[in-house]
Amino acid sequence: MRILPFILCLLCLRLDAAILYAGNNKPFPNITAAVQAATFGDTIMVSPGIYHEKNLIIDKPITLMGVDFPILDGENLYEVISIKADYVRVEGFTIRRSGVSSIIDYAGIKIYNRSWVAVVNNNVEDCFFGIYVQNGTNCLVANNRLKASAKTEQQSGNGIHCWKSDKLYILLNTITGHRDGIYFEFVTHSEIRANQSFQNMRYGLHFMFSNNDAYFNNSFSNNGAGVAVMFSKGIQMTGNYFSKNQGDAAYGILLKEISDSHINHNLFKDNTTAILAEGSSRIEMKNNRFVSNGWALKIQASCMEITVNDNNFIGNSFDIGTNGSLVLNNFNNNYWDKYEGYDLNKDKIGDIPYRPVSMFSMVVERNPAAMMLFRSLISTVMDKSEKIAPSLTPENLMDNQPLMKPVAL
Amino acid sequence: MISSKHINKKFGRLKVLMDVTTDCNENECIALIGPNGSGKTTLIKSILGMVVPDSGTITVNGQNISKSYRYREQIGYMPQIGRYPDNMTIGHIFDMMIDLRRKEGKVLDEALMEGFALKSMFDKRMRTLSGGTRQKVSAALAFLFDPQALILDEPTAGLDPISSEILKEKILEEKAKGKLIIITSHILSELDDLVTHVIYMQGGKLQFKKEIEALREETGFYKLSKAIASLVTTNS
Amino acid sequence: MRKITKYVIIDILKNKIVIGYTFLLLVLSFSVLSLEDNSAKAVLTLLNIILIMVPLVNILFASVYVYNSAEFMELMASQPLKRKQIWFSVYLGLSISLSIAFLLGVGVPVLLYAASITGYTLILVGLLLSLIFVSIAMFAVVRIRDKAKGIGMAILLWLYFALLFDGLVLFILFQFEDYPLEKAMVALSLLNPVDIGRIMVLIKTDASMLMGYTGAIFRNFFGATNGQLITSLVLLAWIIIPFWLSSIKFRKKDL
Repeated sequence: MRILPFILCLLCLRLDAAILYAGNNKPFPNITAAVQAATFGDTIMVSPGIYHEKNLIIDKPITLMGVDFPILDGENLYEVISIKADYVRVEGFTIRRSGVSSIIDYAGIKIYNRSWVAVVNNNVEDCFFGIYVQNGTNCLVANNRLKASAKTEQQSGNGIHCWKSDKLYILLNTITGHRDGIYFEFVTHSEIRANQSFQNMRYGLHFMFSNNDAYFNNSFSNNGAGVAVMFSKGIQMTGNYFSKNQGDAAYGILLKEISDSHINHNLFKDNTTAILAEGSSRIEMKNNRFVSNGWALKIQASCMEITVNDNNFIGNSFDIGTNGSLVLNNFNNNYWDKYEGYDLNKDKIGDIPYRPVSMFSMVVERNPAAMMLFRSLISTVMDKSEKIAPSLTPENLMDNQPLMKPVAL
Repeated sequence: MISSKHINKKFGRLKVLMDVTTDCNENECIALIGPNGSGKTTLIKSILGMVVPDSGTITVNGQNISKSYRYREQIGYMPQIGRYPDNMTIGHIFDMMIDLRRKEGKVLDEALMEGFALKSMFDKRMRTLSGGTRQKVSAALAFLFDPQALILDEPTAGLDPISSEILKEKILEEKAKGKLIIITSHILSELDDLVTHVIYMQGGKLQFKKEIEALREETGFYKLSKAIASLVTTNS
Repeated sequence: MRKITKYVIIDILKNKIVIGYTFLLLVLSFSVLSLEDNSAKAVLTLLNIILIMVPLVNILFASVYVYNSAEFMELMASQPLKRKQIWFSVYLGLSISLSIAFLLGVGVPVLLYAASITGYTLILVGLLLSLIFVSIAMFAVVRIRDKAKGIGMAILLWLYFALLFDGLVLFILFQFEDYPLEKAMVALSLLNPVDIGRIMVLIKTDASMLMGYTGAIFRNFFGATNGQLITSLVLLAWIIIPFWLSSIKFRKKDL
């Protein structure tokens, strides 16, 4: 995957490649004409202006380059750019107003079953789907800014939608106002890096049936339901920032049927629930920071072999919630700001175990309306008495080596 | 001036006043006496509106008191135990009372205030005062507004002899003005030179109201204590 | 009437317990607000303290004060004053002076360190709770002649509002687990001024976002204009009704 940009550069090195100019007072008055005239490896330079090309189809390996962001307008009727060739590069456009349909997935830019396509540095505004990769391989989607103003989930598509693809590289995009910010379905060996996805209707990032992918250093905030990672395995989630994903069914990350994955070095702040795990197994959560969330972790009894080590839990209303008494997970060596133990032998590890599940959180788990008593005296009394004599909370859900000081992260 | 008709009062099952009927008029200085628990204080409290009788009527200057509160302008009351909010000063108490009761154009009767030298203690908090000093405050307050009637509940209890004498002088002075004065006291010897009438109560019933001269003639004793004692023994 | 109130206030403000209460609040507020750098979180910590302390101190102090003023009220009753004037003066004196104590102890630090809508709501809630618990104290005290019994009653009432009521709510919740009780919870919470106060402050903080579906329903009710109107009326009723009932009783009471 790292040689991808290099190959894209090689593409430009064809020696007899021509540059075609399109635009007002240029050899080609519109882009469609220029594309028809172009051959393998040519570059079309498009002057500033507004272009109504209806559905612009690029069916040869060329570079389409906008100068000062010419506007391609889909008039709310058409798919704006359809890429139907390998080695295509689309760069520097403002693409707006694609068609909206409940039958056809109109997109601002759509890649059809191709490889080595690059979509770089475009503004995609008010499109149904933003950038759509259908069955693509080795494609690059980088540095685009996608903005829609979705009112309902039905009238809005996803920002960057990837389906049945392999080896995609989604980099440095900003996505807002779509249904899902980034959507992956049957996508493998792909990397999502340094994107910002915020204020989308549903998920900032949505994974379904996509194995062996990684997302690094992204920021997901204020999305309707946070990030969902479902029915997948081998996912790396590292260095991301999840914040302000708030609401009844909003999660920093929702893990559903996930296995063999890693969640490391992330920061979760001000989410209703930072991580909810259901039916997941063999997941490592290490070196994360959970700050000021409602629940830091909700781990359902259907999960197993989840290891939660070396994390910092600071200022969360509830550290861990669970719905059963069976615990097949491991919670050691974390820092919990609510820990009230002591360290006599000065090894920086508390001498008595910490129980991160409070009685009140169990009560709320069983009966959400009990949230009315949040921060009341009775909830405090319940928690304190449960600490002395545990009865309702899972007996073996505890951190045997709680840290006295936060992990340096 | 103050008359009660068929007053009955029960506290729970205990009958405290039973069919008490009496008239108290100007120019009378009445000793209200009787054993402990005979209903003296309850009768006084009924007159002052602090206790609401179960039945019967009380009128002051012909006006039924059950719906009224203004009639109390005509009465000065000195309670048996004077307790005041701890952190108020004597000055505060007087200021408050004057604010509450003073009538335009009426001169305050500060004789007792001066007689007891209370003005020099105006900054003292009530909490720090002795029982006697509090009694002095209560007494001074009762006389302060020059009321038509005075009701004094155990006025000299806790007072030193000199202050006691000052108070008696004051009572005599008011009596000379023709006011109605009702005094309860256990120390009957004090009342000898003061009272013109005696009301004797026992077990919640008013036994008799008699002029003191008549009482003395009837029993042959000058001393009130002996007169009463002989009456009570002959009655029983 | 204003005259009595004035001197009652002077008397209470010099009371050692009230001075101690003010200082305790002041020390607690300053330490919580200055130790915690996140002012919203500090306000929540302070909320927990206030919800316990304010009702307790107000109901206890008011009861004891009324008992200790029995002779004073007798003397007042022998003056040309209406009974309800006397009673209302004592209520006003207690409420105003204890409110002043609260404003000094909590209001000033909050205004200095956490002058936000949450902070203002906290002050408002504390003030209302002061007024309500003085009112409840007078309701209890006028019925019970014996001082020890009356103070015991005051403590019981505090325990009820601070703890037992919520326990009862929890019991109901689990008895009717199968029914959607979120809306019923809103109605139930109105029956306890301490709960109303807690929720009023909570929905002004980020914490409400963390309360999920129940939180959303509470936000919809307590956050909306109608809800706020109803809440204000209910709190007002919590001040007026206990006092009004006590006043009726006091008018006919034998002193």
